[in-house]
Amino acid sequence: MRFLLRRLAGLAVVLVVASFLVYGLLYLVPGGPMAFLLGNRSGTPEQIAAIREQYRLDDPFLVRYLAWLGDAVQGDFGSSLVYRQDVSALLTARGTTTALLVGYATAVIVVVGVAAGTVAGLRPGRADAVISTLSSASLAVPTFVIGVLLVIVFALGLGWFPVFGPGEGFLGRLHHLTLPAITLSLGSAAFLARITRASVREELGREHVETARSRGLAERHVIRRHVLRNASIPVVTVTGLTVAGLLAGSVVVENVFALDGLGSLFVRAILQRDFAVVQAVVLVLVTAFVLVNLVVDLCCKALDPRLSR
Amino acid sequence: MTALDTVRPRGGFRLPRPGPALRRLGPLGTGAAVLLAAVLATTLLAPVVAPYDPNRPDLFNALAGASPAHLLGGDALGRDVLSRLMWGARTTLSGPLLIIFLSTTIGTTLAITAAWAGGKVDAVVSRLLDVLFAVPGIVFALVAVAVLGPGVPGVVLGLTIAYTPYVARVVRSAALRERQLPYIAAAWVQGRSAVGICVRHLLPNLRPLIVAQSVSALGFAVIDLAAISFLGLGVQPPTADWGLMVKSGLDSATRGQPLEALGAGLLIALVVAAVNILGDRIGREEGELR
Amino acid sequence: MKIPEVQDKPRDVREDLLDVRGLSVAVRAGRSWRTLVDGVDLAIGGGEAVGLVGESGSGKSMTARALLGLTPPGARVTGDIAFDSDQVTTMNRRALRELRARRVAMVFQDPRAHINPVRSVGDFLTEAMIANLGVAAAEAHARAVRLLADVGIPDGERRLRQYPHELSGGLLQRVMIASVLAVEPDLVLADEPTTALDVTTQSEVMAILDELRRERGMAMLLITHDLALAAATCDRISVMYAGRIVETQPSTTLTATPRHPYTSGLMLSRPSIDTVADRLPVIPGRPVAAFESGEGCAFEPRCGHAKPHCRDLRPPVQDVEGARVACVRAGELTLRGDVDV
Repeated sequence: MRFLLRRLAGLAVVLVVASFLVYGLLYLVPGGPMAFLLGNRSGTPEQIAAIREQYRLDDPFLVRYLAWLGDAVQGDFGSSLVYRQDVSALLTARGTTTALLVGYATAVIVVVGVAAGTVAGLRPGRADAVISTLSSASLAVPTFVIGVLLVIVFALGLGWFPVFGPGEGFLGRLHHLTLPAITLSLGSAAFLARITRASVREELGREHVETARSRGLAERHVIRRHVLRNASIPVVTVTGLTVAGLLAGSVVVENVFALDGLGSLFVRAILQRDFAVVQAVVLVLVTAFVLVNLVVDLCCKALDPRLSR
Repeated sequence: MTALDTVRPRGGFRLPRPGPALRRLGPLGTGAAVLLAAVLATTLLAPVVAPYDPNRPDLFNALAGASPAHLLGGDALGRDVLSRLMWGARTTLSGPLLIIFLSTTIGTTLAITAAWAGGKVDAVVSRLLDVLFAVPGIVFALVAVAVLGPGVPGVVLGLTIAYTPYVARVVRSAALRERQLPYIAAAWVQGRSAVGICVRHLLPNLRPLIVAQSVSALGFAVIDLAAISFLGLGVQPPTADWGLMVKSGLDSATRGQPLEALGAGLLIALVVAAVNILGDRIGREEGELR
Repeated sequence: MKIPEVQDKPRDVREDLLDVRGLSVAVRAGRSWRTLVDGVDLAIGGGEAVGLVGESGSGKSMTARALLGLTPPGARVTGDIAFDSDQVTTMNRRALRELRARRVAMVFQDPRAHINPVRSVGDFLTEAMIANLGVAAAEAHARAVRLLADVGIPDGERRLRQYPHELSGGLLQRVMIASVLAVEPDLVLADEPTTALDVTTQSEVMAILDELRRERGMAMLLITHDLALAAATCDRISVMYAGRIVETQPSTTLTATPRHPYTSGLMLSRPSIDTVADRLPVIPGRPVAAFESGEGCAFEPRCGHAKPHCRDLRPPVQDVEGARVACVRAGELTLRGDVDV
């Protein structure tokens, strides 16, 4: 319990620091916030006044920051200069796509990565060699290259999957998200397979496994209750870190497949200097990243009694 | 670009002892080293070996397939894909090398300072690293681009910030371990200054680890920078760059010319694989030395 | 060290519960085989305690593992191991599991490594009872508490909920002993059961193990490098060097009149509480593994009594006044034994 409180406090610190940086960066831009917010547009005096009003540019910095933070905590990130609507509304609409994509990819990673790694760890020889080679290869190929390759082969070449777009209905969305999810998960699945293989191998060689065998326990029982049970600790840790990494990876993948998620919103906002959106997306990404890490730590403590004291 | 060029000779992945090291690399490692050497040679020799001007459009060659005149065909504007790949190696590799150089220098300095000073300095540095770790690396790069505008400087700045904590964490724990060893105490007793000991004794002993760490980070830097260029936020057109070429190649592919995307994608993957293999070998060797 | 004196042998001695003949174990090293155990003969009667004494690398642990079919994958095991007249080396998986589950149990050297760190003490103790003996969980739990009391851990209920890292090495080794008692095997293999423990708890743990196995009439093979410990605990002792057994004798006569120069050397190189020595006699050279030794007697390079012909031929095992000794000069030498055992 105290651990949880301490972690939540740490989380709050990280978020405050991140928000301060994200907000403060606006003022580091050459020419100040006004130049930044206007960008290449030449504003009429009314527009400039409106921006000054909206961003409270006439108040002292800290006051503005605190006001912004207060609104942000309540889910109000201001409104987008480009889209002319509430940032929070934009986020909810786009967040669903990203959440679906990351969830889908997580499922693929866990199923494929852990299964392949376990097989490779338990069966040295051909299965292991094939899986290890495949995972080394997929680790070297960047996500966006995988995405482009998949589009060329499966969408343009074989025509099995749609190239771009969101799709209709839940199944349609899943169908449309399949290539992006595979793209997003391939490298991570390969990485997880490696970790799983290594930790299964390591546990197999542990003395306590010899003890279990010496007691006449069935091999299946030994593998399940001792080898896999213990190997699951590092695997869960890495899975969590990988999922957190997917949040960042989705930025790239959404752009490959032109999906309307947070990532494509983010990139467009950067290009169009839509700073309210940039700030909000960064905060959302950092929050999600930190939360996933917290969940991982909690899982590890549940799995490994040595960590709780 | 000149700033980037001066960095290359000091690039992180030169092997410490070329002769015996090459023999210990094994066939796969040697293959990786040869591939990297070839790519590096191309970056230097692009003006000589590239068959065409990478930026000269040729309407007759637009979206053309492979032909004897244009081995990999042309892109949407009819520019020669092969020549663009050769020139693109420059931008694709120089950015990551600069990022690794900067983050390794900053990270190592921070780490050794923290490990040596201990106490409050160490606590502050460690907390700082924790906070940096709480944010995914690519987000730093994107935020930096948001502030500085699209282009290489913003990305290099952002990725340097993102990579520094990784270097610092590894080096810090190694430096803490190394500090306990008697030879440091011996140097201290001899009346050497702290800086002197760090530079003359600590650093050389940490070097294998730092080299291994930089090489494996280089693979990630190549991927990240190419990805950001792919998003349109890094290297800007019309400069030839592999990440950008995957992007424009995707459009060409939907119009029937996949060679640009495939060529650039394959090269990125090969270079990253080669760097990873070398990093793995060097890391293993470093492990054996301990 | 206060260790219970050797009492009369248990009454129900069945001849040769375990009968090992010509046991050899070799593992692959690249293209060649490395012999770790070389032609070991060993017999243990029901309820009897036999000590297997040797330095590290002499192959004594590997011998014990071979008795349970626990040799590393790919190892080559030859010779025969008859347990209650069943051949262990040719057993199928099911029979081997049955043997391990009910008849032969092992106490390992380092309980901290040999007990799964992420599962509770209760899990460890009840696991085999539930899986192998078909005991209901509640019953297994109650039995585990009683077993802990037997090995001198009074607050069993609390201990069962704890995890290995919360227990000291000595307590953990008692838990391991309790887990062995749980299945009431006919033979306990104790592989250096006290070596990894603090000196202060060593004799306590050894006493518990020895007492409880006597009470229950279990036979024991005690593997140790400590000749005095073996002499105090066991009925008979086999001394092992370079994968071979060089001498076997009843404990009492072995300590008084060792017949093999190596046994004598082992005794003399131990420090004694009663005598002050300026310098302990040592056996010169370093111990070798079976695959490192030459054609002849493996101990010959370090032996003070060696003759040129010791190098030529592997010494056959001969009977010398009730001792079985693998030394060609066994009949003619008079060797010093331990003074204070």
